[in-house]
Amino acid sequence: MSLIKLIPSALAILAASTVIASARDQLQIAGSSTVLPYATIVAEAFGENGEFKTPVVEGGGSGAGRKKLCEGVGESTIDIANSSSRISQSDIDLCKTNGVTDIMEVRIGYDGIVFASDINGPDFVLTPVDVFNAIGGTVAKDGALVANTAKTWADANAALPAQDILTFIPGTKHGTREVFDTKVLLEGCKTNGAYDLFLAASTAAEEADKKKDAEKQCFTTRSDGTAVDIDGDYTETLSRIAANKNAVGVFGLSFYENNTDKLKVATVNGIVPSVETISKGEYPVSRPLYFYVKKAHIGVIPGLKEYIAFFVSDDMAGPGGALADYGLVPDPELAATQAAVEAETVMGPLQ
Amino acid sequence: MTAPISLKGSPLHPRAAIDTRASLLLQDPRTKARNATEKRFRAYGLSAIVVALLALVWLLVSIFGNGLPAFRQTFMTIPVTLDAALLDKGGKRDPADLSKATTVAYGKLLAASLGAEITAKGIDLGGMDAKALAKMISEESPATLRNRVLADPSLIGTTINFTLLASGRIDGYYKGRVSMESAALDKNTSPEQLAMADKLKAAGVLSTSFNTGFMTMPDASDKRPEAAGLGVAIVGSLYMMFVVLALALPIGVATSVYLEEFAPKNNFTDLIEVNIANLAAVPSIVYGILGLSIFINFAGLPQSAPIVGGLVLTLMTLPRIIIPTRAALKAVPPSIRDAALGIGASRLQTITHHVLPLAMPGILTGTIIGLAQALGETAPLLLIGMVAFVRDFPGAPPEGLFDPASALPVQIYNWTQRGDPGFVERASGAIIVLLVFLIAMNAVAIYFRRKFERRW
Repeated sequence: MSLIKLIPSALAILAASTVIASARDQLQIAGSSTVLPYATIVAEAFGENGEFKTPVVEGGGSGAGRKKLCEGVGESTIDIANSSSRISQSDIDLCKTNGVTDIMEVRIGYDGIVFASDINGPDFVLTPVDVFNAIGGTVAKDGALVANTAKTWADANAALPAQDILTFIPGTKHGTREVFDTKVLLEGCKTNGAYDLFLAASTAAEEADKKKDAEKQCFTTRSDGTAVDIDGDYTETLSRIAANKNAVGVFGLSFYENNTDKLKVATVNGIVPSVETISKGEYPVSRPLYFYVKKAHIGVIPGLKEYIAFFVSDDMAGPGGALADYGLVPDPELAATQAAVEAETVMGPLQ
Repeated sequence: MTAPISLKGSPLHPRAAIDTRASLLLQDPRTKARNATEKRFRAYGLSAIVVALLALVWLLVSIFGNGLPAFRQTFMTIPVTLDAALLDKGGKRDPADLSKATTVAYGKLLAASLGAEITAKGIDLGGMDAKALAKMISEESPATLRNRVLADPSLIGTTINFTLLASGRIDGYYKGRVSMESAALDKNTSPEQLAMADKLKAAGVLSTSFNTGFMTMPDASDKRPEAAGLGVAIVGSLYMMFVVLALALPIGVATSVYLEEFAPKNNFTDLIEVNIANLAAVPSIVYGILGLSIFINFAGLPQSAPIVGGLVLTLMTLPRIIIPTRAALKAVPPSIRDAALGIGASRLQTITHHVLPLAMPGILTGTIIGLAQALGETAPLLLIGMVAFVRDFPGAPPEGLFDPASALPVQIYNWTQRGDPGFVERASGAIIVLLVFLIAMNAVAIYFRRKFERRW
């Protein structure tokens, strides 16, 4: 066969395959690895009870998922992006340039972030300032900023066990790190007094830039091996704790709840993390979880609206539902979310 | 003119050889040193092998130690009365009515049946309520029962013997993963449940047997590690290997034959040759990026589909097939070509009748090893959406090639990231399955090489 004949026939095969491909009847979901277990639980239950196929759920991270959502409208793009942090303006702009204008924001509940150590180790009663005193890069001591030299937890707070400081914290690519930074390190930094000193020492001209500078300083952890960034997932943190029995790791509440036989959880501000204490707002370190839906696909991809409604239904995301059973903290405003999903409300501009 | 360097006294001196004490039995210092060097070198080699073997043994022991339990599973067999009042409220066996009874209803039915069976066997329930009983049963089992009833509505109203999966924690108890002490700390189970499981085992209701579901069932969510299987992953991997074989073998062989037998030797063919050698060394994730932009973004093929995975792996495998195929063609002696041409065969006849058959063992070996490499590849699949939770089996080919599917290495990767400790054994079990596939493929390659090998 000559080359001239070959090229059109190859193209014809490609075209034919595109025709077969254009009948997608399965939802495509991607995004946060924190939301992934919840999404798979819902997808599984959705697939086995409904008339629709089980959605395909991918991980890959919140940022990657939102970027995929914003690639455009059409069958070869995903329908839902799971996200453990709120969508950013740059994502919305990217969506707009690619023709994805209507996005529905669905908040599914809250995720608690807990400190846990080996089950046979001592109890930890932490406060944000203890954590900052233990792993903050520069701390305030007697009104002056000094490099952190605390060796044991007792150095950070005399009430804590005299155990060498070793912490496994989520790496910077994780959404969890953002919450850890703002809810633990920054809080501790402010209580410690380092924040005000950072603010005073900042050379930036604008007040807002000064604050940004000070926050950045607060987020800087020690680089002497006491605060180890974990870029993998919680399973890696767990195996590192199994190898270093005197380490303290940061986990998601659901992960901890499935490994209670190996891990001992630390209280923060005297509150034991649990679905109840987080939903009451007593436990301080938590964050909302979301997913974002491409509205243009509702009515085009079969089962999309049914899946969203099923996800936020009381059986799944409600108190005592399948997701709460696994460790998701139910959203007290779930009824409003259900109504918004029913009305297919598109999200407004970010505040 | 400089004076010659004196060699007197050194073993290199010609006179040194004529040492009156020289004997084969007495080694001079130089020979001793040379022999010692050789001995040391042998010791280094041996210790290298020992280190490599130890690493292999360590790997195999840890994989098999963790993974073998995945091939056994704890089941309970109980009689279940499929009450029409519960499952068919309309009473007309109408499929639409039947599907209204969700897995929640079936779950309650199973928990009640288990409670009834426990009482029937004369075991004291010990204050376990329906919720605690439900925790002993895998959440997968209600779905299995529901599908069975939907497929055969005539079962409603009868009592069937139903084999259900025990929950992951009870299964872990019989595999040594869960103990009474750990259960006391675990919110997913309790020592009472484990004690009840022991009693049920004594009564013959509960037993641990070979787990066929591990090979046939699809992936399952974090809440049911006991139900997670490799079914979809094996089908997906098979489909991809089929695509790779169907595309990479003909393209690879045609390329090699043309380059080796027909193409003129000039700078351009040299450039192609260098490129092929380079492509074989390109990291596989690069092919994933290429596949994403060509097959998904440009050609509009669906995400997570074995066809796209197969195409990407084809690109990756091509140079790995072309290089050994060319080597095999080169190894055919020119005298065979000359003889064929000499008795009047055309060049195509020479190749198809003589050169290709003789090169076939080498080509097959290269192809199978290329396929084995493609089978174990995860990185390129990451970008085309195959590293995903896929629960529905893809359809029959050719349409099924376009349905979402998973793949074996991807399934291992996914399971290592799950929070439930039950998935550790599943991941290691999946590694064993993948290793068995790879060993089988390599064994076939060795068999072909041995069987058809020729020496000239």
